[in-house]
Amino acid sequence: MKKQGPIAVAFLVGFLMLVQFFTPNPFFLKLYNWVLDWKQVVLGCTFILGTWSLIRYHLTKIQRRKENWQYSYVTLIGLMVTVVSAGIWKTASGPYPWLFNNIQVPMQSTMFSLLAFFVASASYRAFRARTVHATLLLVAGALVMLGRVPIGNYIRGEVFGVEISLVAISDWVLNVPNLAAKRGIMIGVGLGMSATAIKIILGIEKTYLGRSD
Amino acid sequence: MAVNITSSAKTALLLISLLLLAPLFSAVPGDCQAALMVSDTPDDWGTSLTLLWDEPAFSVRGYEVWRLNVRDGPSPRFTPTDSIDASAALAAAGWERVGDADPEDSMLIDSGLNPDSSYSYILLAGTQTTKEVWGPTEPQAPVRQWLRYARTNILVVVLMFMGTVVLLVEWARRGAKLFIRRIAGLEAVEEAVGRATEMGRPILYIPGLDPMDEVATVAAVNILGQVAKTAGKYETKLVVPNRDPIVMAVAQQVVRESYSTVGKPHLYQEENVFYVTFSQFGFAAAVAGLMIREKPATNFFIGRFYAESLVLAETGNATGAIQIAGTDSDAQLPFFISACDYTLIGEELYAGSVYLSREPLLLGALKAQDYAKAIIIAAIGAGIVLYMLNPGIAERFAALFE
Repeated sequence: MKKQGPIAVAFLVGFLMLVQFFTPNPFFLKLYNWVLDWKQVVLGCTFILGTWSLIRYHLTKIQRRKENWQYSYVTLIGLMVTVVSAGIWKTASGPYPWLFNNIQVPMQSTMFSLLAFFVASASYRAFRARTVHATLLLVAGALVMLGRVPIGNYIRGEVFGVEISLVAISDWVLNVPNLAAKRGIMIGVGLGMSATAIKIILGIEKTYLGRSD
Repeated sequence: MAVNITSSAKTALLLISLLLLAPLFSAVPGDCQAALMVSDTPDDWGTSLTLLWDEPAFSVRGYEVWRLNVRDGPSPRFTPTDSIDASAALAAAGWERVGDADPEDSMLIDSGLNPDSSYSYILLAGTQTTKEVWGPTEPQAPVRQWLRYARTNILVVVLMFMGTVVLLVEWARRGAKLFIRRIAGLEAVEEAVGRATEMGRPILYIPGLDPMDEVATVAAVNILGQVAKTAGKYETKLVVPNRDPIVMAVAQQVVRESYSTVGKPHLYQEENVFYVTFSQFGFAAAVAGLMIREKPATNFFIGRFYAESLVLAETGNATGAIQIAGTDSDAQLPFFISACDYTLIGEELYAGSVYLSREPLLLGALKAQDYAKAIIIAAIGAGIVLYMLNPGIAERFAALFE
């Protein structure tokens, strides 16, 4: 039962969700909305589990004096202050919006802005023309980047009597080879998703339960 | 006596009303009938009707749509008259105004209907001076439909694909040898885990940022099961930070079971599979910090990632870890390819668990994917050839897939 129960539930729910996609019957629509509502309830409950996991992780770190254990205090105090301030003054006013706007938002923005440096270092590695493929990538990347900036509008010329602009080349690279590759990937992804879903519904794939036997 | 007077007055009022409306409920010109058409709205549970009308030859300021619940029998006739305002006459006769339409409109869907009733419609086309009356239409009942006919093509493809999966699984069950091409990223899993074991450092596994109802996350958890088995076999620490608490709960169960499967249940420590935060960049910052502090020898980024992908992959690259990524988000693939040692591209993510487990039944399902792809390629090829031969036929062929 321990093994068959979850498989039966996965089959039943998966099959019903599949049916609701193909029928306008209000029973299935209601069922679908009911499942979505329960998903929110389950998510809410698992946040308690998640928060407890976070607290335990940092308490263990402090207890065992692991490297940089002092920072765990920052996490735990930050968590407590946020929860308590939202509980007492609610989220619309009081310290909670101040904490959100003046601590969380700037920290998130900082992390996001770091992307610029990471893009630079990753591009440097990707564009080193050591192989034919890397050279092709470098050329295509340079053409696309130049075609996207104002100076690209002024780079144009005549080849075999045909007027060609860098913007047009850039658009072609994006809309033809790039899009073709993207669509190829997306078709594969769609099939992979469908196959995985079918395997779970039919009980062929059981690894997500923690066992494959 | 008073009662009698009241009833007489009521009767008189009714008679006057009927006399006034008498000319309205008579024959209607045929061209008005032809201008307004009512049909059942497809793909619904009998809750709506679709009204279509022709563009009139005269200038229209707007339309009023009136409905009468007929139930049984023919609809009452209505003929315009200059003496009474058509809207007022319809309202007095029990018609319900269900909506207005702009002059450029030629269609209206009347919803919220009862499939057990029939409905008749009248369209009033307002001009500068008067209201032209179209209808009433013959009573029409909305029909309950069990199937969304617009999705029939998807249903056919799903059934065909399911049939192929079942067929190939059965084939594999009977011992047929199925060839699966080599996937470098998955071949490297054993080597990557072995490296962590040799270096005495942990393995970091991130099952993406999406919740459990995304198939990419299910695929990531499936691969986690195989990686955890290998890690358990080599007795190497596996660290799994999570962004979603449901994924965390599933990951904990998967890692625990995997360790048990390889006979090392004692290795499982719940604090190694933990929740971090729901915030996207908060999660990225926490995991980047973890990489810097603990310096895992191997990083796995498997699942659906967003803008934080490069933060994670570049930080891992800077710490010198061997990195294996796998995602179906095409926008993040270039970042993973440039910053990681191996990348599972798109469908390879979904093949991961099958490839690592080498289970014949699962291989059958994987092979079905290949056949389906071959059919899609053939359909694309057929479309190209048809388009070159006859664009009209090609467009009809393409409509089959819309």
